[in-house]
Amino acid sequence: MHEQFCVLQRRTGITIVSTTVERIAMAAIAVASLTKSFGEVHAVNGVSFEVAQGECLSLLGPNGAGKTTTTEILEGYTKPDSGHVEVLGHDPQHADLAWRARLGIVLQSVRDLGDLTVIEAVRHFAQYYPNPKDPEAVIAAVGLTHKAGSRNDQLSGGQRRRLDVALGVIGNPELLFLDEPTTGFDPEARREFWDLIESLKADGATILLTTHYLDEAERLADRVAVIARGRIIACDAPHLLGNRNTGLAVVSWTEGGIAHQEQTAQPTLLTQELAHRFNGEVPDLSIKRPSLEDTYLALIDGDELRGDAR
Amino acid sequence: MSHAIRLGSKRVGVELKQFFRDRESAMFNFALPMLLLVIFGSVFGGQSLEGTDITFAQYFVAGMIASGILYTSFQNLAISIPLEREDGTLKRLRGTPMPKASYFIGKIGMVFVAYVAQVTILIAVGVAFYGIDLPSTPNRWLTFVWVSVLGLIACTLLGIAYSVVPKSGRGASAVVTPVVLILQFTSGVFFVFNQLPQWMQTFASLFPLKWLTQAMRYVFLPDQAQAAEVAGEWELGMCALVLVIWVILGAILALVFFRWTPRGSKS
Repeated sequence: MHEQFCVLQRRTGITIVSTTVERIAMAAIAVASLTKSFGEVHAVNGVSFEVAQGECLSLLGPNGAGKTTTTEILEGYTKPDSGHVEVLGHDPQHADLAWRARLGIVLQSVRDLGDLTVIEAVRHFAQYYPNPKDPEAVIAAVGLTHKAGSRNDQLSGGQRRRLDVALGVIGNPELLFLDEPTTGFDPEARREFWDLIESLKADGATILLTTHYLDEAERLADRVAVIARGRIIACDAPHLLGNRNTGLAVVSWTEGGIAHQEQTAQPTLLTQELAHRFNGEVPDLSIKRPSLEDTYLALIDGDELRGDAR
Repeated sequence: MSHAIRLGSKRVGVELKQFFRDRESAMFNFALPMLLLVIFGSVFGGQSLEGTDITFAQYFVAGMIASGILYTSFQNLAISIPLEREDGTLKRLRGTPMPKASYFIGKIGMVFVAYVAQVTILIAVGVAFYGIDLPSTPNRWLTFVWVSVLGLIACTLLGIAYSVVPKSGRGASAVVTPVVLILQFTSGVFFVFNQLPQWMQTFASLFPLKWLTQAMRYVFLPDQAQAAEVAGEWELGMCALVLVIWVILGAILALVFFRWTPRGSKS
Protein backbone atom coordinates (compact mmCIF):
# COMPACT_ATOMS: atom_id res chain seq x y z
CA MET A 1 0.00 0.00 0.00
CA HIS A 2 2.71 2.37 1.10
CA GLU A 3 4.80 1.43 -1.89
CA GLN A 4 1.89 1.99 -4.20
CA PHE A 5 1.34 5.42 -2.78
CA CYS A 6 4.98 6.31 -3.33
CA VAL A 7 4.83 5.15 -6.91
CA LEU A 8 1.69 7.14 -7.44
CA GLN A 9 3.28 10.19 -5.89
CA ARG A 10 6.40 9.75 -7.97
CA ARG A 11 4.29 9.33 -11.04
CA THR A 12 2.23 12.42 -10.26
CA GLY A 13 5.43 14.30 -9.53
CA ILE A 14 6.78 13.40 -12.93
CA THR A 15 3.54 14.38 -14.61
CA ILE A 16 3.58 17.77 -12.93
CA VAL A 17 7.18 18.37 -13.90
CA SER A 18 6.58 17.44 -17.51
CA THR A 19 3.53 19.69 -17.90
CA THR A 20 5.46 22.57 -16.36
CA VAL A 21 8.33 22.05 -18.77
CA GLU A 22 5.90 21.90 -21.66
CA ARG A 23 4.30 25.13 -20.61
CA ILE A 24 7.63 26.87 -20.20
CA ALA A 25 8.65 25.72 -23.65
CA MET A 26 5.46 27.18 -25.07
CA ALA A 27 5.00 30.49 -23.29
CA ALA A 28 7.54 33.03 -22.15
CA ILE A 29 4.76 34.92 -20.39
CA ALA A 30 1.54 33.41 -19.05
CA VAL A 31 -0.98 35.64 -17.26
CA ALA A 32 -4.38 34.57 -16.02
CA SER A 33 -7.12 36.62 -14.30
CA LEU A 34 -4.71 39.30 -13.21
CA THR A 35 -6.07 42.11 -11.04
CA LYS A 36 -4.51 45.12 -9.38
CA SER A 37 -6.24 48.07 -7.75
CA PHE A 38 -4.81 51.31 -6.44
CA GLY A 39 -7.37 52.48 -3.91
CA GLU A 40 -10.67 52.75 -5.78
CA VAL A 41 -9.09 52.44 -9.22
CA HIS A 42 -9.12 49.00 -10.82
CA ALA A 43 -5.99 49.47 -12.90
CA VAL A 44 -5.90 45.84 -14.04
CA ASN A 45 -9.25 44.08 -13.95
CA GLY A 46 -8.93 40.44 -14.98
CA VAL A 47 -6.26 40.35 -17.67
CA SER A 48 -5.28 37.01 -19.24
CA PHE A 49 -2.86 36.41 -22.10
CA GLU A 50 0.18 34.42 -23.13
CA VAL A 51 3.25 35.35 -25.08
CA ALA A 52 5.02 32.48 -26.84
CA GLN A 53 8.78 32.26 -26.87
CA GLY A 54 10.20 34.34 -29.69
CA GLU A 55 6.93 36.18 -30.14
CA CYS A 56 6.43 39.94 -30.06
CA LEU A 57 3.19 40.99 -28.38
CA SER A 58 2.22 44.63 -28.41
CA LEU A 59 0.01 46.11 -25.72
CA LEU A 60 -2.08 48.96 -27.09
CA GLY A 61 -4.47 51.12 -25.18
CA PRO A 62 -5.27 54.64 -24.06
CA ASN A 63 -3.35 56.27 -21.21
CA GLY A 64 -4.42 54.82 -17.87
CA ALA A 65 -5.78 51.63 -19.46
CA GLY A 66 -3.50 49.43 -17.34
CA LYS A 67 -0.66 48.78 -19.79
CA THR A 68 2.18 49.95 -17.57
CA THR A 69 0.71 48.37 -14.44
CA THR A 70 0.44 45.03 -16.26
CA THR A 71 3.99 45.36 -17.55
CA GLU A 72 5.35 46.28 -14.13
CA ILE A 73 3.66 43.26 -12.56
CA LEU A 74 5.40 41.06 -15.14
CA GLU A 75 8.71 42.80 -14.43
CA GLY A 76 8.32 42.11 -10.71
CA TYR A 77 8.02 45.77 -9.69
CA THR A 78 4.38 45.57 -8.67
CA LYS A 79 2.62 42.91 -6.64
CA PRO A 80 -0.71 41.88 -8.17
CA ASP A 81 -3.82 41.61 -5.99
CA SER A 82 -4.82 38.29 -7.52
CA GLY A 83 -4.30 36.11 -10.54
CA HIS A 84 -1.59 33.88 -11.90
CA VAL A 85 1.63 35.24 -13.38
CA GLU A 86 4.47 33.26 -14.87
CA VAL A 87 7.40 34.91 -16.62
CA LEU A 88 10.10 32.64 -18.02
CA GLY A 89 8.70 29.93 -15.76
CA HIS A 90 8.85 31.96 -12.52
CA ASP A 91 6.53 34.06 -10.42
CA PRO A 92 8.11 37.55 -10.70
CA GLN A 93 7.36 38.22 -7.02
CA HIS A 94 9.53 35.28 -5.95
CA ALA A 95 12.16 35.25 -8.67
CA ASP A 96 15.90 35.44 -8.09
CA LEU A 97 18.70 37.39 -9.75
CA ALA A 98 19.42 34.57 -12.24
CA TRP A 99 15.87 35.16 -13.52
CA ARG A 100 16.50 38.91 -13.68
CA ALA A 101 19.59 38.28 -15.79
CA ARG A 102 17.35 36.82 -18.52
CA LEU A 103 15.21 39.97 -18.74
CA GLY A 104 15.80 43.30 -20.40
CA ILE A 105 13.70 46.22 -19.26
CA VAL A 106 13.23 49.58 -20.96
CA LEU A 107 11.22 51.64 -18.50
CA GLN A 108 9.12 54.69 -19.13
CA SER A 109 10.46 58.09 -18.08
CA VAL A 110 13.76 57.51 -16.32
CA ARG A 111 16.28 60.34 -16.22
CA ASP A 112 19.15 58.74 -14.33
CA LEU A 113 22.86 58.33 -15.10
CA GLY A 114 23.15 61.97 -16.22
CA ASP A 115 26.71 62.38 -14.94
CA LEU A 116 28.10 59.36 -16.80
CA THR A 117 28.94 59.13 -20.48
CA VAL A 118 27.07 56.78 -22.82
CA ILE A 119 29.95 54.32 -23.02
CA GLU A 120 30.58 54.40 -19.24
CA ALA A 121 26.94 53.63 -18.50
CA VAL A 122 26.65 50.81 -21.04
CA ARG A 123 29.97 49.22 -19.99
CA HIS A 124 28.98 49.44 -16.32
CA PHE A 125 25.60 47.78 -16.84
CA ALA A 126 27.20 45.06 -19.00
CA GLN A 127 29.07 43.95 -15.85
CA TYR A 128 25.83 43.03 -14.12
CA TYR A 129 25.04 40.27 -16.62
CA PRO A 130 26.59 36.81 -17.00
CA ASN A 131 26.50 36.88 -20.80
CA PRO A 132 26.39 40.49 -22.00
CA LYS A 133 26.58 41.83 -25.53
CA ASP A 134 29.57 43.89 -26.58
CA PRO A 135 29.00 47.48 -25.31
CA GLU A 136 30.49 49.14 -28.41
CA ALA A 137 28.36 46.96 -30.69
CA VAL A 138 25.19 47.78 -28.74
CA ILE A 139 25.96 51.49 -28.84
CA ALA A 140 26.47 51.21 -32.58
CA ALA A 141 23.21 49.27 -32.95
CA VAL A 142 21.20 52.04 -31.26
CA GLY A 143 23.03 54.65 -33.35
CA LEU A 144 24.88 56.42 -30.55
CA THR A 145 28.48 55.75 -31.62
CA HIS A 146 29.08 59.45 -32.35
CA LYS A 147 27.75 60.27 -28.86
CA ALA A 148 29.56 57.49 -26.97
CA GLY A 149 31.78 59.96 -25.12
CA SER A 150 29.03 62.48 -24.31
CA ARG A 151 27.50 62.94 -20.91
CA ASN A 152 24.06 61.42 -20.80
CA ASP A 153 22.49 64.65 -19.53
CA GLN A 154 23.57 66.31 -22.77
CA LEU A 155 21.71 63.86 -25.00
CA SER A 156 18.50 64.85 -26.79
CA GLY A 157 15.25 63.14 -25.81
CA GLY A 158 15.50 60.61 -28.61
CA GLN A 159 19.18 59.89 -27.95
CA ARG A 160 18.39 59.42 -24.26
CA ARG A 161 15.72 56.88 -25.18
CA ARG A 162 18.22 55.01 -27.37
CA LEU A 163 20.53 54.81 -24.36
CA ASP A 164 17.65 53.27 -22.39
CA VAL A 165 17.20 50.72 -25.15
CA ALA A 166 20.95 50.01 -25.16
CA LEU A 167 20.84 49.38 -21.40
CA GLY A 168 17.76 47.19 -21.86
CA VAL A 169 19.42 44.90 -24.40
CA ILE A 170 23.02 44.90 -23.09
CA GLY A 171 22.41 41.75 -21.02
CA ASN A 172 21.42 39.74 -24.09
CA PRO A 173 17.86 39.20 -22.77
CA GLU A 174 15.62 36.28 -23.60
CA LEU A 175 12.66 38.49 -22.83
CA LEU A 176 12.61 42.21 -23.51
CA PHE A 177 10.08 44.66 -22.07
CA LEU A 178 9.76 47.87 -24.05
CA ASP A 179 7.52 50.52 -22.48
CA GLU A 180 6.88 53.23 -25.07
CA PRO A 181 10.41 52.93 -26.38
CA THR A 182 10.25 55.38 -29.29
CA THR A 183 8.59 58.36 -27.62
CA GLY A 184 10.50 61.43 -28.81
CA PHE A 185 12.14 59.70 -31.79
CA ASP A 186 12.18 61.36 -35.19
CA PRO A 187 10.80 59.17 -38.03
CA GLU A 188 14.25 58.09 -39.17
CA ALA A 189 15.34 57.12 -35.66
CA ARG A 190 12.11 55.18 -35.24
CA ARG A 191 12.83 53.17 -38.39
CA GLU A 192 16.38 52.43 -37.18
CA PHE A 193 14.96 51.35 -33.86
CA TRP A 194 12.53 48.99 -35.58
CA ASP A 195 15.45 47.40 -37.44
CA LEU A 196 17.22 46.90 -34.11
CA ILE A 197 14.19 45.24 -32.54
CA GLU A 198 13.71 43.03 -35.58
CA SER A 199 17.31 41.87 -35.33
CA LEU A 200 16.70 40.98 -31.67
CA LYS A 201 13.59 39.08 -32.69
CA ALA A 202 15.58 37.26 -35.33
CA ASP A 203 17.94 36.17 -32.55
CA GLY A 204 14.96 34.59 -30.78
CA ALA A 205 14.14 37.20 -28.12
CA THR A 206 10.58 37.42 -26.83
CA ILE A 207 9.31 41.00 -26.74
CA LEU A 208 6.48 42.71 -24.90
CA LEU A 209 6.06 46.11 -26.53
CA THR A 210 3.88 48.84 -25.08
CA THR A 211 3.32 51.65 -27.52
CA HIS A 212 1.01 54.44 -28.66
CA TYR A 213 2.20 54.16 -32.25
CA LEU A 214 0.00 51.84 -34.26
CA ASP A 215 2.42 51.73 -37.19
CA GLU A 216 5.06 50.53 -34.74
CA ALA A 217 2.80 47.76 -33.44
CA GLU A 218 1.83 46.79 -36.98
CA ARG A 219 5.46 46.57 -38.06
CA LEU A 220 6.93 44.77 -35.02
CA ALA A 221 4.18 42.79 -33.33
CA ASP A 222 3.10 39.27 -34.16
CA ARG A 223 -0.02 39.95 -32.14
CA VAL A 224 -1.52 43.02 -30.56
CA ALA A 225 -3.60 43.09 -27.40
CA VAL A 226 -5.87 46.10 -26.92
CA ILE A 227 -6.33 47.04 -23.27
CA ALA A 228 -9.06 49.38 -22.09
CA ARG A 229 -10.16 50.06 -18.53
CA GLY A 230 -8.01 47.26 -17.15
CA ARG A 231 -9.24 44.52 -19.49
CA ILE A 232 -8.12 43.08 -22.80
CA ILE A 233 -10.90 43.81 -25.30
CA ALA A 234 -9.23 42.31 -28.38
CA CYS A 235 -6.13 40.27 -29.07
CA ASP A 236 -5.06 39.10 -32.50
CA ALA A 237 -2.49 39.46 -35.27
CA PRO A 238 -2.39 43.09 -36.47
CA HIS A 239 -4.00 42.31 -39.84
CA LEU A 240 -6.76 40.23 -38.22
CA LEU A 241 -7.58 42.52 -35.27
CA GLY A 242 -11.28 43.28 -34.91
CA ASN A 243 -11.99 41.27 -38.12
CA ARG A 244 -10.37 44.02 -40.16
CA ASN A 245 -9.51 41.52 -42.91
CA THR A 246 -13.14 40.52 -43.43
CA GLY A 247 -14.82 43.75 -42.31
CA LEU A 248 -16.53 46.19 -44.61
CA ALA A 249 -14.30 47.88 -47.16
CA VAL A 250 -14.91 51.37 -48.45
CA VAL A 251 -14.90 51.74 -52.25
CA SER A 252 -14.78 55.32 -53.51
CA TRP A 253 -14.76 56.80 -56.99
CA THR A 254 -15.87 59.92 -58.88
CA GLU A 255 -18.91 59.90 -61.12
CA GLY A 256 -20.26 62.93 -62.95
CA GLY A 257 -17.90 65.20 -61.00
CA ILE A 258 -19.29 63.98 -57.67
CA ALA A 259 -17.32 61.85 -55.17
CA HIS A 260 -19.09 58.58 -54.36
CA GLN A 261 -18.45 56.17 -51.49
CA GLU A 262 -19.88 52.78 -50.70
CA GLN A 263 -19.33 50.38 -47.84
CA THR A 264 -19.36 46.79 -48.92
CA ALA A 265 -18.44 43.31 -47.83
CA GLN A 266 -17.70 42.45 -51.48
CA PRO A 267 -15.43 45.18 -52.83
CA THR A 268 -14.21 43.09 -55.74
CA LEU A 269 -17.73 42.58 -57.01
CA LEU A 270 -18.57 46.27 -56.71
CA THR A 271 -15.38 47.23 -58.53
CA GLN A 272 -16.26 44.83 -61.31
CA GLU A 273 -19.69 46.41 -61.67
CA LEU A 274 -18.13 49.85 -61.72
CA ALA A 275 -15.61 48.80 -64.36
CA HIS A 276 -18.52 47.53 -66.41
CA ARG A 277 -20.46 50.74 -65.97
CA PHE A 278 -17.53 52.96 -66.92
CA ASN A 279 -16.49 50.52 -69.60
CA GLY A 280 -12.84 50.60 -68.43
CA GLU A 281 -11.05 52.81 -65.90
CA VAL A 282 -13.08 54.02 -62.93
CA PRO A 283 -12.12 57.65 -62.12
CA ASP A 284 -10.37 58.08 -58.72
CA LEU A 285 -11.03 54.49 -57.72
CA SER A 286 -9.82 53.41 -54.31
CA ILE A 287 -10.62 50.48 -52.04
CA LYS A 288 -9.86 50.94 -48.36
CA ARG A 289 -9.86 48.32 -45.66
CA PRO A 290 -10.02 49.72 -42.13
CA SER A 291 -6.46 50.57 -40.99
CA LEU A 292 -5.16 49.26 -37.68
CA GLU A 293 -5.79 52.73 -36.33
CA ASP A 294 -9.45 52.71 -37.51
CA THR A 295 -9.93 49.29 -35.97
CA TYR A 296 -8.23 50.28 -32.74
CA LEU A 297 -10.26 53.48 -32.38
CA ALA A 298 -13.49 51.60 -33.13
CA LEU A 299 -12.63 49.04 -30.45
CA ILE A 300 -11.86 51.72 -27.86
CA ASP A 301 -15.01 53.73 -28.74
CA GLY A 302 -17.16 50.62 -28.57
CA ASP A 303 -15.72 49.75 -25.18
CA GLU A 304 -16.38 53.24 -23.85
CA LEU A 305 -19.99 53.08 -25.04
CA ARG A 306 -20.47 49.76 -23.29
CA GLY A 307 -18.82 51.19 -20.18
CA ASP A 308 -21.13 54.23 -20.18
CA ALA A 309 -24.21 52.08 -20.74
CA ARG A 310 -23.44 50.05 -17.63
CA MET B 1 28.55 37.10 -1.85
CA SER B 2 31.89 37.56 -3.62
CA HIS B 3 29.85 38.44 -6.70
CA ALA B 4 28.01 41.13 -4.72
CA ILE B 5 31.32 42.52 -3.43
CA ARG B 6 32.90 42.50 -6.90
CA LEU B 7 29.95 44.38 -8.41
CA GLY B 8 29.90 46.61 -5.31
CA SER B 9 33.50 47.64 -6.00
CA LYS B 10 32.50 48.46 -9.60
CA ARG B 11 29.69 50.58 -8.22
CA VAL B 12 32.14 52.50 -6.02
CA GLY B 13 33.85 53.73 -9.19
CA VAL B 14 30.59 54.76 -10.83
CA GLU B 15 29.32 56.40 -7.64
CA LEU B 16 32.54 58.42 -7.28
CA LYS B 17 32.39 59.58 -10.89
CA GLN B 18 28.82 60.76 -10.36
CA PHE B 19 29.64 62.35 -6.99
CA PHE B 20 32.52 64.44 -8.28
CA ARG B 21 30.96 65.26 -11.67
CA ASP B 22 27.80 66.59 -10.08
CA ARG B 23 28.97 70.10 -9.29
CA GLU B 24 26.34 70.76 -6.61
CA SER B 25 27.03 67.61 -4.62
CA ALA B 26 30.81 68.03 -4.92
CA MET B 27 30.47 71.62 -3.69
CA PHE B 28 27.94 70.97 -0.95
CA ASN B 29 29.28 67.72 0.48
CA PHE B 30 32.94 67.83 -0.42
CA ALA B 31 34.26 71.39 -0.64
CA LEU B 32 32.10 73.03 2.03
CA PRO B 33 34.29 72.11 5.04
CA MET B 34 37.32 73.49 3.23
CA LEU B 35 35.52 76.75 2.47
CA LEU B 36 34.40 77.02 6.09
CA LEU B 37 37.93 76.30 7.29
CA VAL B 38 39.28 79.06 5.02
CA ILE B 39 36.64 81.55 6.20
CA PHE B 40 36.84 80.78 9.92
CA GLY B 41 40.59 80.31 9.73
CA SER B 42 41.05 83.70 8.10
CA VAL B 43 38.80 85.51 10.58
CA PHE B 44 39.65 83.82 13.90
CA GLY B 45 42.51 81.52 13.03
CA GLY B 46 45.26 83.36 14.88
CA GLN B 47 43.29 83.91 18.11
CA SER B 48 43.92 81.60 21.04
CA LEU B 49 41.27 79.86 23.08
CA GLU B 50 40.78 81.39 26.53
CA GLY B 51 43.62 80.63 28.89
CA THR B 52 45.53 78.39 26.45
CA ASP B 53 47.95 78.73 23.57
CA ILE B 54 45.71 76.59 21.34
CA THR B 55 44.69 78.51 18.24
CA PHE B 56 41.06 78.67 17.21
CA ALA B 57 42.08 77.18 13.84
CA GLN B 58 43.41 74.10 15.63
CA TYR B 59 40.14 73.74 17.55
CA PHE B 60 38.08 74.38 14.47
CA VAL B 61 39.83 71.83 12.26
CA ALA B 62 38.70 69.05 14.63
CA GLY B 63 35.10 70.19 14.21
CA MET B 64 35.43 70.50 10.47
CA ILE B 65 36.80 66.97 10.10
CA ALA B 66 33.97 65.63 12.26
CA SER B 67 31.53 67.62 10.13
CA GLY B 68 33.21 66.19 7.04
CA ILE B 69 32.12 62.74 8.22
CA LEU B 70 28.56 64.00 8.45
CA TYR B 71 28.72 65.79 5.08
CA THR B 72 30.20 62.98 2.99
CA SER B 73 27.99 60.29 4.48
CA PHE B 74 24.74 61.49 6.07
CA GLN B 75 24.10 64.69 4.15
CA ASN B 76 25.38 63.28 0.85
CA LEU B 77 23.23 60.13 0.95
CA ALA B 78 20.12 61.66 2.52
CA ILE B 79 20.03 64.15 -0.37
CA SER B 80 21.22 61.97 -3.26
CA ILE B 81 19.19 58.81 -2.60
CA PRO B 82 15.79 60.59 -2.83
CA LEU B 83 16.97 62.02 -6.15
CA GLU B 84 17.93 58.52 -7.29
CA ARG B 85 14.57 57.23 -6.21
CA GLU B 86 12.86 59.94 -8.23
CA ASP B 87 14.94 59.93 -11.43
CA GLY B 88 14.65 56.16 -11.89
CA THR B 89 18.18 55.14 -10.83
CA LEU B 90 16.88 52.72 -8.20
CA LYS B 91 14.08 51.42 -10.38
CA ARG B 92 16.49 50.66 -13.20
CA LEU B 93 18.93 48.94 -10.85
CA ARG B 94 16.16 46.79 -9.38
CA GLY B 95 15.39 45.61 -12.89
CA THR B 96 18.92 44.26 -13.34
CA PRO B 97 20.56 41.20 -11.76
CA MET B 98 22.71 43.48 -9.58
CA PRO B 99 22.51 42.24 -5.95
CA LYS B 100 21.01 44.89 -3.66
CA ALA B 101 24.06 44.58 -1.40
CA SER B 102 26.25 45.86 -4.24
CA TYR B 103 24.32 49.13 -4.25
CA PHE B 104 25.04 49.68 -0.56
CA ILE B 105 28.67 48.58 -0.90
CA GLY B 106 28.97 51.17 -3.69
CA LYS B 107 27.56 53.90 -1.43
CA ILE B 108 29.77 53.00 1.52
CA GLY B 109 32.87 52.81 -0.67
CA MET B 110 32.07 56.15 -2.26
CA VAL B 111 31.58 57.74 1.15
CA PHE B 112 34.93 56.40 2.43
CA VAL B 113 36.93 57.51 -0.60
CA ALA B 114 35.29 60.95 -0.63
CA TYR B 115 35.99 61.36 3.11
CA VAL B 116 39.65 60.34 2.85
CA ALA B 117 40.16 62.79 -0.02
CA GLN B 118 38.33 65.53 1.88
CA VAL B 119 40.25 65.03 5.13
CA THR B 120 43.57 64.96 3.30
CA ILE B 121 42.86 68.28 1.61
CA LEU B 122 41.44 69.78 4.84
CA ILE B 123 44.55 68.90 6.81
CA ALA B 124 46.86 70.02 4.01
CA VAL B 125 45.12 73.41 3.82
CA GLY B 126 45.17 73.69 7.62
CA VAL B 127 48.87 72.89 7.86
CA ALA B 128 49.86 75.07 4.93
CA PHE B 129 47.87 78.21 5.75
CA TYR B 130 46.74 78.15 9.38
CA GLY B 131 49.63 76.49 11.20
CA ILE B 132 47.65 73.40 12.24
CA ASP B 133 49.71 70.81 14.15
CA LEU B 134 49.29 67.19 13.04
CA PRO B 135 48.25 64.58 15.62
CA SER B 136 51.22 64.19 17.96
CA THR B 137 51.16 60.52 19.02
CA PRO B 138 50.51 57.13 17.34
CA ASN B 139 47.53 56.70 19.68
CA ARG B 140 46.03 59.90 18.33
CA TRP B 141 46.44 58.69 14.74
CA LEU B 142 44.91 55.35 15.67
CA THR B 143 41.94 57.10 17.30
CA PHE B 144 41.64 59.28 14.21
CA VAL B 145 41.20 56.11 12.13
CA TRP B 146 38.72 54.22 14.32
CA VAL B 147 36.59 57.26 15.07
CA SER B 148 36.45 58.05 11.34
CA VAL B 149 35.51 54.49 10.43
CA LEU B 150 32.83 54.12 13.12
CA GLY B 151 31.48 57.60 12.40
CA LEU B 152 31.31 56.98 8.65
CA ILE B 153 29.52 53.66 9.07
CA ALA B 154 26.99 55.09 11.55
CA CYS B 155 26.31 58.22 9.50
CA THR B 156 26.14 56.29 6.19
CA LEU B 157 23.48 53.98 7.63
CA LEU B 158 21.63 56.95 9.11
CA GLY B 159 21.82 58.75 5.76
CA ILE B 160 20.33 55.71 4.01
CA ALA B 161 17.56 55.54 6.61
CA TYR B 162 16.91 59.31 6.58
CA SER B 163 16.63 59.24 2.77
CA VAL B 164 12.99 58.18 3.21
CA VAL B 165 12.14 61.47 4.99
CA PRO B 166 12.30 63.89 2.02
CA LYS B 167 9.05 63.70 0.03
CA SER B 168 10.81 64.59 -3.21
CA GLY B 169 14.32 64.73 -4.56
CA ARG B 170 14.13 68.47 -5.13
CA GLY B 171 13.08 69.18 -1.55
CA ALA B 172 15.62 66.86 0.03
CA SER B 173 18.25 69.42 0.98
CA ALA B 174 15.56 71.48 2.75
CA VAL B 175 14.92 68.70 5.26
CA VAL B 176 18.50 67.44 5.51
CA THR B 177 20.60 70.61 5.80
CA PRO B 178 18.79 71.97 8.91
CA VAL B 179 19.50 68.70 10.75
CA VAL B 180 23.20 68.98 9.91
CA LEU B 181 23.34 72.68 10.83
CA ILE B 182 21.56 72.22 14.17
CA LEU B 183 23.89 69.36 15.08
CA GLN B 184 26.90 71.44 14.10
CA PHE B 185 25.81 74.44 16.20
CA THR B 186 24.99 72.32 19.24
CA SER B 187 27.91 69.88 19.03
CA GLY B 188 30.83 72.27 19.41
CA VAL B 189 31.77 72.63 15.75
CA PHE B 190 31.25 76.36 15.35
CA PHE B 191 31.27 77.30 19.06
CA VAL B 192 33.44 76.05 21.88
CA PHE B 193 31.38 73.21 23.38
CA ASN B 194 31.84 73.96 27.08
CA GLN B 195 30.49 77.49 26.56
CA LEU B 196 27.14 76.23 25.27
CA PRO B 197 24.06 76.14 27.55
CA GLN B 198 23.63 72.93 29.53
CA TRP B 199 20.44 71.84 27.71
CA MET B 200 22.15 72.24 24.37
CA GLN B 201 25.05 70.08 25.53
CA THR B 202 22.65 67.42 26.74
CA PHE B 203 20.72 67.50 23.46
CA ALA B 204 23.91 67.17 21.39
CA SER B 205 25.14 64.26 23.52
CA LEU B 206 22.35 62.12 22.11
CA PHE B 207 23.75 62.33 18.57
CA PRO B 208 26.99 61.16 16.96
CA LEU B 209 28.41 64.55 15.91
CA LYS B 210 29.14 65.74 19.46
CA TRP B 211 31.17 62.59 20.11
CA LEU B 212 32.91 62.71 16.75
CA THR B 213 33.93 66.31 17.37
CA GLN B 214 35.11 65.55 20.90
CA ALA B 215 37.20 62.58 19.73
CA MET B 216 38.68 64.71 16.95
CA ARG B 217 39.64 67.30 19.58
CA TYR B 218 41.57 64.53 21.36
CA VAL B 219 43.25 63.77 18.03
CA PHE B 220 44.21 67.36 17.19
CA LEU B 221 44.56 69.16 20.54
CA PRO B 222 47.33 68.78 23.15
CA ASP B 223 46.69 67.02 26.49
CA GLN B 224 46.32 70.30 28.37
CA ALA B 225 43.05 70.93 26.48
CA GLN B 226 41.51 67.95 28.24
CA ALA B 227 40.72 70.09 31.28
CA ALA B 228 38.46 72.30 29.13
CA GLU B 229 36.18 69.35 28.26
CA VAL B 230 32.85 69.29 30.05
CA ALA B 231 33.68 65.96 31.67
CA GLY B 232 37.26 67.04 32.33
CA GLU B 233 38.50 64.19 30.11
CA TRP B 234 38.23 63.00 26.48
CA GLU B 235 35.75 60.15 27.22
CA LEU B 236 36.98 58.02 24.29
CA GLY B 237 35.29 54.90 25.71
CA MET B 238 31.97 56.71 25.87
CA CYS B 239 32.54 58.01 22.35
CA ALA B 240 33.12 54.47 21.04
CA LEU B 241 30.02 53.22 22.88
CA VAL B 242 27.75 55.97 21.50
CA LEU B 243 29.05 55.43 17.96
CA VAL B 244 28.53 51.65 18.18
CA ILE B 245 24.97 52.19 19.43
CA TRP B 246 24.33 54.52 16.48
CA VAL B 247 25.82 51.95 14.09
CA ILE B 248 23.36 49.33 15.39
CA LEU B 249 20.46 51.78 15.44
CA GLY B 250 21.39 53.03 11.96
CA ALA B 251 21.51 49.50 10.61
CA ILE B 252 18.07 48.72 12.03
CA LEU B 253 16.56 51.99 10.79
CA ALA B 254 18.09 51.54 7.33
CA LEU B 255 16.84 47.96 7.05
CA VAL B 256 13.34 48.81 8.27
CA PHE B 257 12.74 52.10 6.49
CA PHE B 258 14.79 52.04 3.28
CA ARG B 259 12.67 51.90 0.16
CA TRP B 260 13.47 51.55 -3.51
CA THR B 261 10.42 53.42 -4.74
CA PRO B 262 9.11 56.92 -3.98
CA ARG B 263 6.44 57.19 -1.32
CA GLY B 264 2.94 56.99 -2.74
CA SER B 265 4.21 55.52 -6.00
CA LYS B 266 2.26 52.73 -7.62
CA SER B 267 4.89 50.07 -7.21
